[in-house]
Amino acid sequence: MFKWLDPYAKSETLYHFCGKLLPFLMVTALVLLLLGNIWGIAFTPADYQQGDSYRIIHIHVPAAILSMGAYAAMASAAFVALVWQIKVAHWAVLAIAPIGAVYTAIALITGMAWGKPMWGAWWVWDARLTSQLILLFLYFGVMALDGAFSDRKVGAKVSSLLALVGVINLPIIHFSVEWWNTLHQGASITKFRPAIDPSMLWPLLISILAFAVLLMALTCLRLRTAILENEQHRPWVRKLVGG
Amino acid sequence: MYFESFNDFLAMGGYGFFVWLAFGITYLLLIVLIGGSIYQQRQFKQQLKATIAREQRVKQYQEQQV
Repeated sequence: MFKWLDPYAKSETLYHFCGKLLPFLMVTALVLLLLGNIWGIAFTPADYQQGDSYRIIHIHVPAAILSMGAYAAMASAAFVALVWQIKVAHWAVLAIAPIGAVYTAIALITGMAWGKPMWGAWWVWDARLTSQLILLFLYFGVMALDGAFSDRKVGAKVSSLLALVGVINLPIIHFSVEWWNTLHQGASITKFRPAIDPSMLWPLLISILAFAVLLMALTCLRLRTAILENEQHRPWVRKLVGG
Repeated sequence: MYFESFNDFLAMGGYGFFVWLAFGITYLLLIVLIGGSIYQQRQFKQQLKATIAREQRVKQYQEQQV
């Protein structure tokens, strides 16, 4: 069933495949990001309660959703790396982790800049904020564990295992606003009927798509670097770089 | 355009500091992430290229000695 996927486990094929996708993905991501953000910040009406401060939503929500999306992608790669012992899958885990960490940091920082004027505090130890902070530490943990053992193979296994175990945090983040009494507002757009006006929803959806495509583009870019680093003694890399 | 003037746009209805702080840090982080990833790959390719060139020079030298 997965026979068509097989060749992509070979690093050389994957390197060239990512190289083909990269320019297309990167350009699409940047165009969508500028479109969604400029539309959101200059051409949508202000919120009736929060005024213009709500415009932070156009980066806060995309970064937050994709910080979890990146984690799901990373954990899937970790699963493949652990179960089928495919090396490139582990390199993908390490390629995605820093991107996810930056997205998580963006979600936290923009949330603080939004929380100060609306809640009166930069930070509160609320369920949503705390679980999102734990997500950031999970990303740091995955990156740090990989290099923490003298035997690289053990490091690779342990960091993939942490990525997999950390999946438990995703539903906790998502449902934190329902399970606990929190300051953070509930879901607006992931409901069946979005609780947001279409004039504000469209630029937001474009920005979310932009962050998703940017995640793919950066994964391609970073995975290519990882393949070169790990396969530097292979003849095809020598020919590609040296020739 | 929702705003009346450019100054209104910058002021963001009094929330200018927070809105521009959020957008500023976001774009700064994204630029560092994208730029850093590109730089990392370029740096590694240059380094590997130098290593390969050095190995070839050593090999040539050894062949001349024989």
